[in-house]
Amino acid sequence: MRELINYFADPIRSFPAVCVLFYLMMKYYRVVGTKKFLYWSLAFIIPVSIWFAIDPNFFTILILPDNIPIIILLVAVGFLQWFTFYKAAQNDARIEEGLGPLEGTPENREKVWSWPNLVYTELFMIIAATSFLIVWAIVFKAPLEEPANPTWAPNPAKAPWYFLGLQEMLVYFDPWMAGVVLPGVVVVGLIAIPYIDTNPKGNGYYTIAERPVAMWGFLFGWLVLWLYLIIVGTFLRGPNWTFYGPFEYWDYHKVVAEYNVNLSEFMWIKWLNTAMPENMFVREILGIILSLGYIIILPPLSAATKYGKMMIEKVGMIRYYIFIVLLLLMMSLPIKMVLRWLFSLKYIIALPELELNL
Amino acid sequence: MSERRQSLNRREFFSYISVAWIAFGAACANLASLAFRYSYPNVNFEPEMEFIAGTPDVYEEGVDERYKNGYGVWMVKLEGKLFALSNICTHLGCIPNWLPAELKFKCPCHGSGYYMSGINFEGPAPRPLERYAISLNAEGKIKVDKTKVYRWEKGQWDHPNSFLSV
Ligand code: FES
Repeated sequence: MRELINYFADPIRSFPAVCVLFYLMMKYYRVVGTKKFLYWSLAFIIPVSIWFAIDPNFFTILILPDNIPIIILLVAVGFLQWFTFYKAAQNDARIEEGLGPLEGTPENREKVWSWPNLVYTELFMIIAATSFLIVWAIVFKAPLEEPANPTWAPNPAKAPWYFLGLQEMLVYFDPWMAGVVLPGVVVVGLIAIPYIDTNPKGNGYYTIAERPVAMWGFLFGWLVLWLYLIIVGTFLRGPNWTFYGPFEYWDYHKVVAEYNVNLSEFMWIKWLNTAMPENMFVREILGIILSLGYIIILPPLSAATKYGKMMIEKVGMIRYYIFIVLLLLMMSLPIKMVLRWLFSLKYIIALPELELNL
Repeated sequence: MSERRQSLNRREFFSYISVAWIAFGAACANLASLAFRYSYPNVNFEPEMEFIAGTPDVYEEGVDERYKNGYGVWMVKLEGKLFALSNICTHLGCIPNWLPAELKFKCPCHGSGYYMSGINFEGPAPRPLERYAISLNAEGKIKVDKTKVYRWEKGQWDHPNSFLSV
């Protein structure tokens, strides 16, 4: 059983599994969003987590002071996600009956003063958070290590837990892409949401049926592309950033055979059977065409489809194109990961001469 | 018209606002220059850029780690060439480890792997490790100069200063 879990935890297998789970969860959110489902899943999850934790190898990773926030995060996200589904399922059922969302009923629309109602809550939360942090600082000692040394790095060298998703992303990308461009796009994209998304539906109440695109897109990015990668980076990456199953001992000598190839090498050497051309732009021509096609041709193409036309009608040209480009950039992450796993593809465009790789 | 009390006419307003803008700009420039100065520390614990690495005959075939911790350089003797390999990963600048059993350098940050020659073959590293200038001085000792780097992708590994024939 443990062997099996180790085997399936490998991102090559667990990423599709997580995607399928995500799909099922979003599709059947009305089943997920019931109390019965919560109790059943708790009855399942609690024994399973205990069983995971009694494994000595997993336990050592679990109780690293750095990893405890992630456990808290997982529990919190799990519960809040369920709560969202629970509320949304109720609301969507009501909306279908023509009743309007629960939050819109007269008794819920009553207004209160921010003083004292809000301010008291805030004060209370400040005190609670501070005391929590004090207890935390006392209980978990900060791991003091030796002075920084520019010629030595710990193994594995891990970023703070909230950046482990980014670090995992860096495995598949050039630092410029995964360290600067993609995080920048994430931040800009999040800032841009209120300007792109002018749909008033879902303002102030939970719903999924009324906002399918927004919910699916955002939750996919958050749950699958961010949280899942944090989990992989935390629990499943050991020395040398090699993959280790949850029950595997972090053996420093685990050997993984891997050989990564650039798309240009595939093209010239494998398919065309010739030497690589001298000029670097000629060399990378296929990758350049593909990437440009991805980002320039796909948006108008998608605009011509039925859904595209529908969306343009609703939100207008410019908003639609910004949205599609953001979506495409987001999807470039899973696409690149899958290509790496399936074909050991290193870079689609590799111009190390210019420090530019995609 | 004359009844409206005017404490500030248009011209005065503009002279005030220009002074204010100049002061604001000067403050910002000052802050920026401080921030810039801050990026050049007074004391620097970085390893020396130039060092003497013994004589060529102390090296055996393979990777020699004795200058790695002090200077960040692996001395590699391979196929009749002795060269000084940088220990900075070309992906994001971590410090790879030499794994003698697997005959490769492996980066602990995102798992890039390099052959003994410094050529990258696994993980995300976009290009091979860099080599430093290496030469013999008058006493027959090896001098490694880290200010000059030779990059494979630019075809610089054939440069006579990038290796010693042994
Ligand atoms: S820094 Fe070495 S693999 Fe990323």
